[in-house]
Amino acid sequence: MAGDDRQNRHIITVTVENRFGVLARIAGLFSARGYNIDSLCVAESEDPSISRMTIVVRGEERILDQIYKQLNKLIDVIKVLDITSEEHIERELVLAKVNAQNVASRQEIMQLVNIFRAKIIDIGKKTLTVEVVGSGAKVRAILELLRPFGIKEIARTGRIAINREFGRQ
Amino acid sequence: MKGAEILVKALQHEGVKILFGYPGGSVLPLFDVLYDEGLRFILVRHEQGAAHAADGYARASGSVGVCIATSGPGATNLVTGLATAYMDSIPVVAITGQVATHLIGNDAFQEVDTTGITRPITKHNFLVKDVKELGRTVSEAFHIARTGRPGPVLIDLPSDVQRADGEPFAPGEPVAIRSYRPNYEGHPLQIQRAARLLSDARKPLVLAGGGVILANASDALRECVDTLGIPVTSTLMGLGAMPSDHPLFLGMLGMHGTVYANKAVQECDVLLAVGARFDDRVTGKISEFAPRAKIIHIDIDPTSLEKNVRVDVPIVGDAGRILPELIARATPPAAEEWRKLIAEWKRKYPLTYDANGGLKPQFVIQTISCMTDGEAIVCTEVGQNQMWTAQYFAFKKPRTLITSGGLGTMGFGFPAAIGAQLAFPDRTVFDIAGDGSIQMNIQELATAVCNRLPVKIIILNNCCLGMVRQWQQLFYKRRYSYTCFDGAQPDFVKLAEAYGAVGYRADTPESFEKALASALKEREKPVLIDCRVACEENVFPMVPAGASLHEMMEGLA
Repeated sequence: MAGDDRQNRHIITVTVENRFGVLARIAGLFSARGYNIDSLCVAESEDPSISRMTIVVRGEERILDQIYKQLNKLIDVIKVLDITSEEHIERELVLAKVNAQNVASRQEIMQLVNIFRAKIIDIGKKTLTVEVVGSGAKVRAILELLRPFGIKEIARTGRIAINREFGRQ
Repeated sequence: MKGAEILVKALQHEGVKILFGYPGGSVLPLFDVLYDEGLRFILVRHEQGAAHAADGYARASGSVGVCIATSGPGATNLVTGLATAYMDSIPVVAITGQVATHLIGNDAFQEVDTTGITRPITKHNFLVKDVKELGRTVSEAFHIARTGRPGPVLIDLPSDVQRADGEPFAPGEPVAIRSYRPNYEGHPLQIQRAARLLSDARKPLVLAGGGVILANASDALRECVDTLGIPVTSTLMGLGAMPSDHPLFLGMLGMHGTVYANKAVQECDVLLAVGARFDDRVTGKISEFAPRAKIIHIDIDPTSLEKNVRVDVPIVGDAGRILPELIARATPPAAEEWRKLIAEWKRKYPLTYDANGGLKPQFVIQTISCMTDGEAIVCTEVGQNQMWTAQYFAFKKPRTLITSGGLGTMGFGFPAAIGAQLAFPDRTVFDIAGDGSIQMNIQELATAVCNRLPVKIIILNNCCLGMVRQWQQLFYKRRYSYTCFDGAQPDFVKLAEAYGAVGYRADTPESFEKALASALKEREKPVLIDCRVACEENVFPMVPAGASLHEMMEGLA
């Protein structure tokens, strides 16, 4: 199933006017037309008057084509780019609070964290909080490995993406 | 200059001459300015009437219609009207009052989240929190409403912004919005491909939609049809784009379309759709729609392309610019056989009804069409009245059929007729209504009377909600669940008279002709004709919902 997901998964970056109500317009478009969002990230861009969104969606070609066009139709949307097929870098940041009540678990978790070049950003009596930055595959992998310890809480940013300067020729 | 004055100046700068609306607490500063300014204000009796009237004005004239309402219930009463305009791509600007900016979000008296509520039913909307942005916002609102695929735009204006002092309105540079640049020119290669397809076709067909009328491309369409010799059918919204008596015109297609139009769609080998969005009422079962055809689709809105049907040659752009190029590049296809076949279908399967058995609604429409020479502006409500009008009124010109096609809003026709009559005081304007839909905005009789608008209201009174009843008869085993108005119908003639309008009753063809003749002479007052039509009459032909276009029911067995 995961394989299928990746096949139909598209990363769309949307630059929009940095105004109130724009996020509601985008969210409304998806809910009104029944499109599913895997994740949506939004923040100010290099130009403070413009926000940049990264939306990860899944669907057949025709649905994606409609999503692309419907986004473009919104007055506040400046540019829509489907960068899935372009050379691009994607990252997601995850904060995971993991059970670590004995020394053995703590050591094992710290090893995992080192191997994945993640960080431990908080230590308590019962838990460690791990910060992971990476592509979808890396994040999936470390979460899989942390799961046996017992993940108490996860906060994820959703994916952001940008295309490479030296992309396809 | 106060915000309210800036708004009015900006409206005048946009060429607005007439406003439809209703006052209330949060628009008091605006109404105080309207008291002095030279804009004509039409005071309706319900805000929904204002939205529909502005819409009717826009459809008839091609100019942006403007309506005004107060915050809260005033704004929510506009909602149906805005959704109606949105579905049919009609340029309307709505201005709503809002509670003062410091109260927004506090559940203040008559506060609703107007921009939130109207977001999915407007092309765009604005909440103006700073008087400095007001003039520019009005310009942008009109620009957005009337360009590209037109549509309604709402400006929500808090009462303190209306009162705030700002710089006097000075018309700025033309509006340029970096995130909004509609594409009018069709792609030359796509036009070339379309021209080749059309030239090589043997059974070509044009499908004209409301976009042809919105783009003022009716002449271009006619030239295309005449030059290339291609038969043409039309959606409900496209009626009027082609003169009904044109030999190549097949009337409306779809659920209640003509047999020959639907046959032509199912048989054609190239379908040129112009400004039509392939609504389910048009296509029937989508997988069996135009099964033999390559489809060329011209539309200003890219989202309309490939949304419902697969398209072989999509062309984004303005029909008025693309059609002439298409004509220039295409050669008339060898379609003599096809035209002959269609002419034969037209002879063989005409629209008919049984003229016996009292006053027939189809007769009423035909008579109006005849006596006005097809020149009247005809508004309709929604239901059987709308479909019979589409079938039996011989439209000659664009912008003469004014009907809620997409949303299917009962109660639309009468206020829309008021708007159309105000756009064209000297023309004859009808509202073809049912006894159900006329009661949804009957209060606007007061508006019509007090503005001396001689709108003619024709009620096809069958004492029931005819179209719903028809479906119950055909698909719900004649279980007429809450569709009959027996015993609780007002006396429409007295009702008209109570408002100061003229009322007639007609229950035979003769009495209807007489009443219509009197109505056509009336130039000062609205006239209502209560036509007691045959109750059992249904709209045929009919393609049941979900069936394909060749599976037509031609009448009750």
